[in-house]
Amino acid sequence: MSFIQDPIPWVIHWLETLLIGWGLSESLTQVVLFVLGAGLISVGAMFFTTMLIWAERKIGGRFQDRLGPNRVGPWGIFQTFADMLKIFTKEYINPVGVDKVPFNLAPVLSVAAVLAIWSVIPFSQTVFGTDISVGLLIIIAVGGLGEMAIILAGFGSNNKYALLGAFRAVAQLISYEVPLVIVLLIPVMFSGSMGLNDIVAAQKIPFIIYAPVACVIFFICSIAENGRAPFDLIEADSELVAGYNIEYSGLKFGMFFVADFLHAFTSAIVFTTIFLGGWQGPGVEEMPVLGGFYLLLKTLVVYFMMLAIRFTVPRFRIDQMMALNWKVLTPLSLVAVLVTAVVDKSIPQGNSLFRIAALLVANLILWLVADRMITAFRKRHPVQVVSNKRPLARPERLPAGGEGISQ
Amino acid sequence: MLHEWLYIGIFLTIALAIPAIALTIAGILSPKKPNPIKNSTYECGMETVGVSWIQFKVQYYIYGLVFLVFDVETVLLYPWAVAYNKVPLYGVLEGILFVFILASGLIYVWRKGALEWV
Repeated sequence: MSFIQDPIPWVIHWLETLLIGWGLSESLTQVVLFVLGAGLISVGAMFFTTMLIWAERKIGGRFQDRLGPNRVGPWGIFQTFADMLKIFTKEYINPVGVDKVPFNLAPVLSVAAVLAIWSVIPFSQTVFGTDISVGLLIIIAVGGLGEMAIILAGFGSNNKYALLGAFRAVAQLISYEVPLVIVLLIPVMFSGSMGLNDIVAAQKIPFIIYAPVACVIFFICSIAENGRAPFDLIEADSELVAGYNIEYSGLKFGMFFVADFLHAFTSAIVFTTIFLGGWQGPGVEEMPVLGGFYLLLKTLVVYFMMLAIRFTVPRFRIDQMMALNWKVLTPLSLVAVLVTAVVDKSIPQGNSLFRIAALLVANLILWLVADRMITAFRKRHPVQVVSNKRPLARPERLPAGGEGISQ
Repeated sequence: MLHEWLYIGIFLTIALAIPAIALTIAGILSPKKPNPIKNSTYECGMETVGVSWIQFKVQYYIYGLVFLVFDVETVLLYPWAVAYNKVPLYGVLEGILFVFILASGLIYVWRKGALEWV
């Protein structure tokens, strides 16, 4: 492997020989390299976030027919750095009666929970932090830590709005974790491993072609896990003042902000890794460095789609959102696992084209049946406007025959 | 095997340390001028009535319970999914039986009306 084909392992190998040449033992060298790699990835991800915040504000501005940030630097590209300078010098307000430990732990934990996902992402064929056999479970488990941060923030704030917001946020996040976890069974079934490297290596043909229904469910659930529009009930300004982070100020609030933006990109990269083939692409066998570019390109496309949904789709009501999760996505994901397992096992092995066709048809039928069932259900249960009959201060002034105010 | 987990441990430590260090630096840089009004609980200008750690409705607890049941049962399906390519159709059908148990739990919760947001 020359430097051009695969620069990063080349640098790692050079460092390793250098450190051993200095007289360090082999295991100590390994530890030093781990610290360096982990530090680089997490610091890099944090700096990447500043660019993401700028990009999101700029793209959001364009979606809503505004200019977006355009004052600091060319195209406003240094806007985030100006914001960072400001937020670093803002006062921490410690409200009376806060529970100190959860209140201060929550912002740290919320960022750490997102950053830790990056430890198992394979960036290219040869560049990855570690290849543990339960990478997928790590992603799920670490995702759960973020919910912990939210409940700590809500509980520690000594504020009713914060507590209510945290309850709602956690109810949403844990609910959407159910179909997410169920649907992740399908890539594990196809690749026969829970390690992310094996999952990517098995995707000569991306899993989105084998399992489109699972892919769509995963996409919806990861948007909901971010707490972004149309699932942004976590920070429903009109109902909860601001949600669980209402009492936070200065950089403590900024940490929740950073975690939010980083989480959006992280779920895009996880989606790419699991369903779009990660670093797979033409020519990666000869030039592993290309894999990193393919991963970045696919991730940016997915990220852009998430932004497009965020800036164009209105918000759900909380009961609609819960109904969508428990009554549509969860049964659909169970049936998708079932159908995929049966179809993939009952067709003869070896013929990949036939396998793709069979799975595609099965998924299409599943999708159509689900669509018909939802349509039939909505016909049987039409939407009722509960505020139809409002109590009136002076009912005698109603127009004759009027039962209530028409909508 | 062990050194792979060492990397996860190092990564978690660094991931916790970066925001902690940033918060500490900001704490040193930031001004400190507290006053009683600024530090009072923020409720849109209203005075807080009673304690803040009040009781909320049981709905959240029910969702928590349902989530717990589903997540634990789904994690039990992961070993089956890993072995999927190696087991015959019979083994796959056993996994599907387990999916049916999950589905029956969902139907039970649904029929009991625990999924309605009230």
